[in-house]
Amino acid sequence: MNTLSIAVKNLRRKKIRSVLTIGGVSIAVAVLVSLMGFDKGYQQSLTSNIDRMGYQLLVTAKGCPYEAATMMLKGGGGLRYMEQDAYDQIRSDQRIEQITPQLVATVFDPDRAEGEGGFVMFMGIHDSYMKLKPWNKFKSGGWFSSPDADEVIMGFEAAELEQRNVGDEIFIPGKNKILKVAGIFERTGTQDDGIVFMPLQTTQQIFGLPGKLTGVGIKLKDIQTISKVEEDLYEVPGIQVISMAQVRGTILNLIASAKIMANSIAVIAIFIAVIGVINTILMSVFERTQEIGILKAMGASRFQIFRLIWAETILICSLGGIIGNIVALTASRAVEAIIVNILPFTPSGPIVVIYPALLVYALAGAVVLGLIAGLYPSWRACAMVPVEAIRRGE
Amino acid sequence: MNRTIVKAEKLRKVYHLFAEEIAAVDGVDLEITAGEFVSIMGPSGSGKTTLLDMIGCLDSISDGTLEILGEDVSSTPESQLVKTRRGQIGFIFQDFSLIPSLTALENLQLGLFLAGKQTNRQKCLEMLDKVHLSHRCNHLPKQMSGGEQQRVAIARALVIEPDFLLADEPTGHLDTATTQTVFALLKEINAQQNLTIILATHDASIGSQTQRTILLKDGKIAS
Ligand SMILES: Nc1ncnc2c1ncn2[C@@H]1O[C@H](COP(=O)(O)OP(=O)(O)OP(=O)(O)O)[C@@H](O)[C@H]1O
Ligand SMILES: [Mg+2]
Repeated sequence: MNTLSIAVKNLRRKKIRSVLTIGGVSIAVAVLVSLMGFDKGYQQSLTSNIDRMGYQLLVTAKGCPYEAATMMLKGGGGLRYMEQDAYDQIRSDQRIEQITPQLVATVFDPDRAEGEGGFVMFMGIHDSYMKLKPWNKFKSGGWFSSPDADEVIMGFEAAELEQRNVGDEIFIPGKNKILKVAGIFERTGTQDDGIVFMPLQTTQQIFGLPGKLTGVGIKLKDIQTISKVEEDLYEVPGIQVISMAQVRGTILNLIASAKIMANSIAVIAIFIAVIGVINTILMSVFERTQEIGILKAMGASRFQIFRLIWAETILICSLGGIIGNIVALTASRAVEAIIVNILPFTPSGPIVVIYPALLVYALAGAVVLGLIAGLYPSWRACAMVPVEAIRRGE
Repeated sequence: MNRTIVKAEKLRKVYHLFAEEIAAVDGVDLEITAGEFVSIMGPSGSGKTTLLDMIGCLDSISDGTLEILGEDVSSTPESQLVKTRRGQIGFIFQDFSLIPSLTALENLQLGLFLAGKQTNRQKCLEMLDKVHLSHRCNHLPKQMSGGEQQRVAIARALVIEPDFLLADEPTGHLDTATTQTVFALLKEINAQQNLTIILATHDASIGSQTQRTILLKDGKIAS
């Protein structure tokens, strides 16, 4: 016989009501955990995506840096062209460890996505590309046979989608050109997986863009020199320099408003849940007026009554917290799918990351809410005068 | 000489209803000693419940003096009275007053718990046996008849080993046959354990069977 076991039995008395209230708390906790998990997951994936590009600076043609930032994460550069001369001018800089030129072209393929059509991304690259991304490994085949070969290397997913193996032929829609698959990359978990790579020269020739690039990736010997290098590069005409740290900040800004809205929803859900808990407990206190009077007659102190009602509130909130955590864990993939649809840009990799500490915080938060929500009903119960309480029930 | 359980002088309880004063108990002198079985009788509204509430330390008094178990509670506020009643006074109410979510046995254990005593299971089972309900120990109140529930309530009041027992219309909701069973049980307890019982009732057939009857009328003792 202790306070907790009596509280449990009291909650069991009105099962539907208790379940509904616990459900309200669960939803609020699940929403909160999902959002916090999203906050963490999105940043993590974005950071890892950016790290896996292999370069800290990207040089592109002058234009909108926001547009360039998203375009680049989607595949390597804004579709504005800069001169290859600029690249030749930069490459000899002593502070640069690796530098790689890229030319991105997208082509609409009407046969994609079961006849609905979709864009295929081609990227012209140079040997140096592999030096910037040493983790890119070949699943089969290998590098282009020459810098102007009519060959492609396919990202893992691109190859799966097109069902191509090394040695197969691939056709570029609208370009009347047939190329041979020289190699297929292993899965990297980045945007590279969906790209079809070609030698830079071949790309320039097929798309009629001789001497043009969409971007140049730069890895520095010493990250400390980044702002100085950036400054110096501005003297080269016709280009702009974007640092990856800047890109990260820009994208986080882009999703900030979506996050504020989502957080408001979480706050509202919590608010409604708390009101629901107070309402339920208060109602059950009033229903049990006579019972509380009897308990007091039998010697229950104010504190004992307070503790009993408080325990009921905390139980509801803790159970809601536990169930909410379970819901958030099991539904995180579904939440991810929804978020990907809403946001302007989502990095590849897990978007909602629910880590153990988050679950602990959420549960602790639910308990604290229970402590607060229970104060008023518990006080009402313990302040009841026994004679009045007993008579009122009769 | 037997120990004094209740000693009241010019005891009054006044309720204020708007501008009016209602004296529910109006100058009662009373002394009850250990082992007595006293009934308080009177018409509805005569102040029986009000008097029992004050004797049971459930409510503060308005005027006069009141000593319970030798302790003067005349000026004790309601919020402090719990210390006097806890574990010393057993209560039986008209409508059984068991906790609906707890079994018969658990109701007894709760009684001990709230009285600040060891929640000894064996002791509770023995007490249920004494009211001939050991076969009902795991039943919820709603699974028992009114008479059985009232016997559980009596067991719950007794298990804390109180100094005296207060019963406000304990048979008010029972039929004649069951009333006799419950009353017989109370009489048996009074006789066997020499436990003081103070009982309020409408029922003259019960009042006439107790050692002493106090007749109340308009808050005053009529005989
Ligand atoms: N809280 C209160 N406020 C105002 N008047 C009250 C209050 N409680 C009781 N009274 C009045 O006090 C008087 C005595 O009431 P009490 O309940 O003690 O009578 P009773 O003898 O127990 O009656 P019954 O046999 O109907 O139970 C009644 O007139 C009642 O209206
Ligand atoms: Mg009464």
